[in-house]
Amino acid sequence: MIAVIDHGAGNLRSVANAIVKLGYKPTVTSNPSDLLGAAAVILPGVGAAAGTVRNLERLGLSEAIRRVVADGTPMLAICVGMQVLFDETEEGGRHRCLGIIPGVVRRLPPGLKIPHIGWNQVNQKINHPLFDSIPDGANFYFVHSYCAAPDDISVAAGTTEYGVSICSVFVSGNLVGTQFHPEKSGEYGLRMYDNFLKTVLKGSRA
Amino acid sequence: MLTKRIIPCLDMTQGRVVKGTSFMDLRDAGDPVEMAAFYYKEGADELVFLDIGATPEGRETMVDIVERVSEQVFIPLTVGGGLRSTGDMRRMLEAGADKTAINTAAVFHPEIIADGAENFGSQCMVVAIDARLVSNGDAPRWEVLTHGGREGTGIDAVAWAKQAVELGAGELLVTSWDQDGRLSGYDLRLTRAISEQVTVPVIASGGAGTLDHLYQALLVGKADAVLAASIFHYRTHSIREAKEYLAEKGIPVRI
Repeated sequence: MIAVIDHGAGNLRSVANAIVKLGYKPTVTSNPSDLLGAAAVILPGVGAAAGTVRNLERLGLSEAIRRVVADGTPMLAICVGMQVLFDETEEGGRHRCLGIIPGVVRRLPPGLKIPHIGWNQVNQKINHPLFDSIPDGANFYFVHSYCAAPDDISVAAGTTEYGVSICSVFVSGNLVGTQFHPEKSGEYGLRMYDNFLKTVLKGSRA
Repeated sequence: MLTKRIIPCLDMTQGRVVKGTSFMDLRDAGDPVEMAAFYYKEGADELVFLDIGATPEGRETMVDIVERVSEQVFIPLTVGGGLRSTGDMRRMLEAGADKTAINTAAVFHPEIIADGAENFGSQCMVVAIDARLVSNGDAPRWEVLTHGGREGTGIDAVAWAKQAVELGAGELLVTSWDQDGRLSGYDLRLTRAISEQVTVPVIASGGAGTLDHLYQALLVGKADAVLAASIFHYRTHSIREAKEYLAEKGIPVRI
């Protein structure tokens, strides 16, 4: 099962549409037990991090996410979905997040327009199946005002320049995160989903 | 480097894409789902759908169209026209829209911007400002229009832009009523006046007739994105041509 976590974020449909387009059958769910048996888990996210954490906790999903990561189940976390995996965020004051990845989420520095909205280049820092058939420096669609600063910079598999060097792709074992929205990033975005799912499911499309 | 966005705008009424001049004298321009798919393949960076009829029936039609478009178009979709409440916004977002554009409702009930930003995040809240030049010269002024450009408000467009951002708008879509549909270029002073006064991205709209107009809006108007309808709908230029033109002039674009 490909579980797409429903925690009330608005863009679930776009994520599900992208996966369907690739020929897979996503299961949109807010049931923690679905996550535990899934072959792959996708954690979408838009909006505010604190509200997302609150919803995940209310639905019993934060504990399930910790277990899934600990078990090594492949997980793809998107935008705010990635941010909430860190220790804490500066957004709306200071808020504790899930604490799965050591590091904090900070506001983008002043000087450029905020939110960072639009297509920007992802510089690939490592070779990874996630980047198969995607050229180095390909454009992806960003929309965010905060960005994650992992303590261990070696997990930054992709970086993007916007006043600072943003960790735009995060890879740590089977846990993958993107600050951009692959479901809104045209053909390369779809290819990234396909790369993630193909590796995980090795050809089976269920 | 962040690229500048080229955004085709699909003004819609009764399920069809239309285009007028100063928001009137509408001509049919095609089927929205087909046009959206076409622009996606051509390399559009985003799409904006505006229900210019702004009727309850139009909103239902829009939900259906957004659902169908979002199944095959994987770039951001902004939907606006007649959205009056966070409930209206939620319906569009659940149908597959990424952002909602609010205009008249925001002018009369500015708190809707803050409510929307709190519920869905600022990145979902595009405030659309229709502005008409009211005093020319060295210190031009523009007034905000509502109800699809039919009603003047006396509100200063630049002041309103700043207020909208303070309330939580994540982006501004600034349309020149004077230039809309005239193909004689954007109101560069309007775009620049607002872009220089706010911290969020500004989308220039109204008046694109040539590729140079797009360039001028980005360079002189300091816009972060350009919206255009006629030049793309009537195939005067393709999105690809527009981007190649801008790239040659040194503007960062996604090709």
